[in-house]
Amino acid sequence: MQVMQKLGMGQAVNQALREEMRRDPRVFIAGEGVGVSIHVNPMFPTHGLLEEFGPGRVKDTPVSEAAIAGLAVGAAEAGLRPVVEIMFNPFFTLASDMIVNHAAKLRYLSGGKSTFPLVVRIKSGAGFGAGCQHSHNLEAWAAHCPGLKVVMPSTPADAKGLLKSSIRDGNPVIFIEHMGLYFAPMPVPEEEYLTPLGKADIKREGRNLTVVTWSGMLGVAMGAAEMLSREGIETEIVDLRTLAPLDKETILNSVAKTGRLIVLHEATRTGGFAGEIAAVVMEEGFKHLKAPLRRVTGPDIPVPASPPLEQFYIPDENDLVRAAKEIF
Amino acid sequence: MEVPANKKIEMLETMILSRKFSDSLAELCRIERKIPGMMILSTGQEAVGSGVCAALEPEDVIITNHRSHNHLLAKGADPRELMAEIFCKKTGCNKGKSGTLHLAVPEVNAPCTTTVVGGTLPIAVGQAFAQQYKNEPRVTVCFFGDGAANEGSFHEALNLAALWQLPVIFVCENNLYAGAQRYEEHTRVQDMARRAEAYDMPGVTVDGNYAPEVYRAAREARQLALEGRGPTLIECKTYRCRGHGESDPQHYQPGDEIRAWQEKCPIPRLGDELVSLGVIPSERIKEMESLAEKIVENAVRFAEESPYPEPHEALEDVYV
Repeated sequence: MQVMQKLGMGQAVNQALREEMRRDPRVFIAGEGVGVSIHVNPMFPTHGLLEEFGPGRVKDTPVSEAAIAGLAVGAAEAGLRPVVEIMFNPFFTLASDMIVNHAAKLRYLSGGKSTFPLVVRIKSGAGFGAGCQHSHNLEAWAAHCPGLKVVMPSTPADAKGLLKSSIRDGNPVIFIEHMGLYFAPMPVPEEEYLTPLGKADIKREGRNLTVVTWSGMLGVAMGAAEMLSREGIETEIVDLRTLAPLDKETILNSVAKTGRLIVLHEATRTGGFAGEIAAVVMEEGFKHLKAPLRRVTGPDIPVPASPPLEQFYIPDENDLVRAAKEIF
Repeated sequence: MEVPANKKIEMLETMILSRKFSDSLAELCRIERKIPGMMILSTGQEAVGSGVCAALEPEDVIITNHRSHNHLLAKGADPRELMAEIFCKKTGCNKGKSGTLHLAVPEVNAPCTTTVVGGTLPIAVGQAFAQQYKNEPRVTVCFFGDGAANEGSFHEALNLAALWQLPVIFVCENNLYAGAQRYEEHTRVQDMARRAEAYDMPGVTVDGNYAPEVYRAAREARQLALEGRGPTLIECKTYRCRGHGESDPQHYQPGDEIRAWQEKCPIPRLGDELVSLGVIPSERIKEMESLAEKIVENAVRFAEESPYPEPHEALEDVYV
């Protein structure tokens, strides 16, 4: 029988890192404060790893995002399995040359001779009053770069299995963790397991409406599904888990079943990944649609700091229910 | 440190091969549709790659940049596969995915070449970290130009390499021009090597047109790195005798400046020295030249006769 424990997503990530570092001496972690952090909090992903693995494998770095990402690129090619951390999603821009022009392209440029098995963990998400230079969901940028895999877990249990798969994958993986999920403990199997990349997961079954979502928005989707259920609309929730590679099959099968689609994400609307999913469904699943599809996303503004403004930014259950009613 | 005679001969051979390779490309790239893309050559700068690579062992790694042909030949890359790749053919070392600019030759420990200015530095730091992590007795060399030294990545990489005392040798190939900007138009400090002081690592400026001096500096830096004493910044002062690329008319480079540097060409400089000291007879240089010519002719023939990749091969090699 599966033994369960209750962990926040940061703890689940921590467990995945510990298991992989114990299993494989090539795995090391590096980043700003991954060893000695300004946060002494067991809910955080790298808490306690320095004590177990020592400073040789838990590398605190200078505030140098380009060097952190470049460290991963060079070390990965040389046979290690780097897992580096970018503290907040907006700082992706500082590391982006090494990720976009190098991690993603150097294998292709070598004609497949050189490989870059690395993971860049990125903390993301609005909801902390930190403002737009610390809260900005940029997953669509990463998913736009061939050569990268993009993983965004929505539950601690998925985070553990997906991170372990990411570390064992032969490609560069951008692994984005929503910090809001760090502090909401949920059941996680104690045993070792791998969750495959590129496979979406049906988090709730339903026959009337498909909601495709990921990361911090899963909770909103689940809450709205309860509200809709009371009104006789049964929602199927497809948790994407991996944006690249994209599990089109699960999305299209669900739309074929329900005939209606809403894509829900926290990131801003224009150029957001919802547009990509909408296009896939229009091209390959149009015949199943009984109504126009809808996107529920953050508005096209930088994430504001003031709590009422930030709450206005973040999509909630009411936004999703309203969108659903528009297409019934 | 005395530079061994056999190393001097090796450097001369490499420089001669590299020059023949460049001269051939300078002609071929003018023939329409012969070679796709930009053509960036290292004519006149051969002492840098040849001197550094002669100081390395086969297991040492180089990470190089857009002006890579000389470095890769000096590291032992197969001229036929390089030429075929420069022609973007299927038989090229990267199956036509790289072309002339991003040649990767992991077989000789040159696993990636990047044309993003400053891109080589953080990657070299990662390679050197892996060497330190695995406790391997080898080093990484990072080639970059004077232009790259003004990228943020230069500073991040030097700081991290020094902080962790990584076995990396930063080789700044200062050819006096970054694009059309002459050195003093883009950098205040007169010797780039002085920046090493800011990171508390050794910094040396050498005559980049004299291969034995480059060799000596690289060999000493390699020794330091192997002893766990961290990185070194070597600035090789040389000159870009041709344009940034072959389409560059060099209108901003004074003719007498180019001629003066051509006088200091690294090949006759070392060749004449070896002959006058009686290390080799002058006929030996002629033999080296005709051998290099044959190698390059053979490489060009191989490249020309090779097929292009099939269009659908574009879809391969993105992911493992």
